Amino acid sequence: MNRIFCSLVAASLLFSCAPDKPKNVEEIPDQSSKSGPEAVLTDPTKGIGAVKTVTLHNPLEQDRIGRGLAIFEMKCSACHKLDETRFVGPGWKGVTQRRKPEWIMNMVTNVEVMLDKDPDAQKLLELCLTRMPNQNVSIGDARDILEFMRKNDGEK
Amino acid sequence: MRAIFWNSCARTTEKNNTKIETLFIINHNMKTSIKSALFLLAGVALTFYSCKPKGPQAAIIGDAASKVYVAPGKYDEFYNIVSGGFNGQMSIYGLPSGRLFRIIPVFSQFPENGYGFSEESKPMLNTSHGYVPWDDLHHIALSLTNGEHDGRWAFGNGNNTPRVARVSLKTFKTEEILELPNSGGNHSSPFITENSEYIVAGTRFSIPMGDDKDVPISTYKKNFKGTISFIKIDPTSGRMSIGFQLKTPGVDFDLSRAGKGPSHGWFFFSCYNTEQAYTLLEVNATQKDKDFIMAVNWKKAEEYIAQGKGSMVKAKYAHNVLNETTQMATSEMMTEVMQLDPTILKDIIYFIPCPKSPHGCDTDPTGEYIVASGKLAALIPVFSFTKIQKAIADKDFEGEFAGIPVIKYESALYGEVKKPGLGPLHTEFDNNGNAYTSFFVSSEIVKWNVKTLEVLDRVPTYYSIGHLSVPGGPTRKPHGKYVVAYNKITKDRYLPTGPELTQSAQLYDISGDKMQLLLDFPTTGEPHYAESIPASMITPNSVKFYKIEDNHHQYAARGEKETKVERKGKEVHVYMTAIRSHLTPDNIEGVKMGDVVYFHVTNLEQDWDVPHGFAIKGAANAEILVMPGETQTLKWIPDEVGVSPFYCTDFCSALHQEMQGYVRVSPANSNVPIKFSTGKIEPEAAGPGK
Repeated sequence: MNRIFCSLVAASLLFSCAPDKPKNVEEIPDQSSKSGPEAVLTDPTKGIGAVKTVTLHNPLEQDRIGRGLAIFEMKCSACHKLDETRFVGPGWKGVTQRRKPEWIMNMVTNVEVMLDKDPDAQKLLELCLTRMPNQNVSIGDARDILEFMRKNDGEK
Repeated sequence: MRAIFWNSCARTTEKNNTKIETLFIINHNMKTSIKSALFLLAGVALTFYSCKPKGPQAAIIGDAASKVYVAPGKYDEFYNIVSGGFNGQMSIYGLPSGRLFRIIPVFSQFPENGYGFSEESKPMLNTSHGYVPWDDLHHIALSLTNGEHDGRWAFGNGNNTPRVARVSLKTFKTEEILELPNSGGNHSSPFITENSEYIVAGTRFSIPMGDDKDVPISTYKKNFKGTISFIKIDPTSGRMSIGFQLKTPGVDFDLSRAGKGPSHGWFFFSCYNTEQAYTLLEVNATQKDKDFIMAVNWKKAEEYIAQGKGSMVKAKYAHNVLNETTQMATSEMMTEVMQLDPTILKDIIYFIPCPKSPHGCDTDPTGEYIVASGKLAALIPVFSFTKIQKAIADKDFEGEFAGIPVIKYESALYGEVKKPGLGPLHTEFDNNGNAYTSFFVSSEIVKWNVKTLEVLDRVPTYYSIGHLSVPGGPTRKPHGKYVVAYNKITKDRYLPTGPELTQSAQLYDISGDKMQLLLDFPTTGEPHYAESIPASMITPNSVKFYKIEDNHHQYAARGEKETKVERKGKEVHVYMTAIRSHLTPDNIEGVKMGDVVYFHVTNLEQDWDVPHGFAIKGAANAEILVMPGETQTLKWIPDEVGVSPFYCTDFCSALHQEMQGYVRVSPANSNVPIKFSTGKIEPEAAGPGK
């Protein structure tokens, strides 16, 4: 009891004596922690983000394709076409041949970090000049989109 | 040099006008001799301070700036939710910085984001008088659980066309507005019970009620009545409904507070004009030495309702609710209200005499003490809940007023704070048993101890303070730390802007024995009451965007595939999407003169802080601002044949200036079909009309 009292007194002394400093002026807000997971670039072709390895199945997973199409129509189709033509963003035709599945899913789910740090994503930004928005796509949804992209690229 | 000198004059004599004038003369006459002027100034300043034995420390102490400094990129410690008064809005400031973050439109149209102009929000401002796009929002009540802030809702009152509103503290949007029948103006509102069971609404102006309202004004005593409404709050949804109304004698109800802890189940209201004057109230309503505090036993009223002793009476009042899922507000006209008559059911309300036109009526954190402030009184009476209960049990009454028992003043009184200042208005509390009372006439905040009734400190305010607010001040556990003064007059405090000047708030540190002025900050509208709540209770729940998957708006386009233009007779509905950086469709043809066009714009973005705006040339209303995942509708009646541009109004991306489109308007008898597209290049001169 006595000890608690003493430490209380000490604490109150400490507070009352502490100079009124501006709060953490010297600290610069940590931008990276807000933008999502960041990994060491072990394999630069896989992009940056939570997706490390993706297992693909053949034949394609049909239930994923349906969900992927629905997400495409709601969240992606305003800027991406399914053929090669660049609209706001690049056309999707052939994307699964150009990019690793991990890169695609990281681009979709961790877009801010990708655009800031991934060299391939930055090249695309230089080309399109519009930053791809974060469309709040979960990793599961991104996997569905990937399956739909594979279908779009002619896989069975 | 002169400028510096003048500044120092102003600062040392801020409070007293005559002193400022005197010094101004000194400044002019002795401008050659700064030294003697300073000497005189010191003399005057000394005189000024020596007039006040417990002299206020008017000068800002050196470390004030660091106490309110919130470094760039850092957050404030408190949300300060402030009534906007005659702007009909609430505003959100940060404390201690005093920075303004947001204005939430509540009872007033807001062209800035389309509130009250968009088809979704128009029903929010419906009343029994039709569409009423303005009101006077005076008081804030934050929702409570166990007498403490729970961070769910902020309630506000509409003083003019009697209403109460509920604002979500997740979306910072007005979600509900309830009109109050049988009320002549809703002032003593929306104060709240300790578990958010009820918010209250007391009529400021008594009026004739019932079947015959066409009566001479001079029949006030006979025909004019007041009401107090107890508005039930659904504990889950926050939805409001009038639980019951108490009919009261015709007086003016001013302010109120719920009991808490031991006094939970009671509510206390200040009332003035017990003279029942109906003209020149300035004189005629200040005749009596004492008006009343009205104590209401609302638990007893609930019992009577349960026993079927209430009566349902006809009424007409609007109940407007924003549906989160459909994103549409709807307005329902209600037709009846439950009333209780306390002149028959005698143990619901009691009057307690209170000196000189009481205004503030505040219960302390323990719930035992009720502090009442007579606007014209030179003392503050503090009533004891225990003594009030005993007086009621002992029938210690001095008589009746209009059929309601009046408790003897001394029988309810705990004690009086003697000579606190002039014109006490409102009292807030800290967590150490102290009270802070605002004084309008003497422009100051006075700190006093609730138990000992002893005045501990006083600080001047600049100028004419109305309400004041301690974070958590009206709760069982005040957060303390600061008191904010909301001032009516700013005179020489800011750069002048013509005859109309800013209103202001002032932040004082109350963590020590002495209050310390830290900061002046200008405020929008005319702030009345405000509350502050720790940011940690609000920030984690703040909605960042609306999920597009959950958008069930009737006219939503959840993806560009769902965009279209539909004709329904003379109505044309455009299902439009917005995403950086285009609107779809952006070419629309087939609209004709005489059509009414509805642009239903869905923002497809799913990220924080990416609203898109929409405006079209000649629209007779406003723009709409569409949050990510949301759908908002702008109505447009084209008034000329030709092509009208529309565009995004909220700078959204590097290609924001490209975010535009065209609507072709053809004559009423033309045969141009409905057609719409985005990104489609057509051969020139294609289609009808060429």
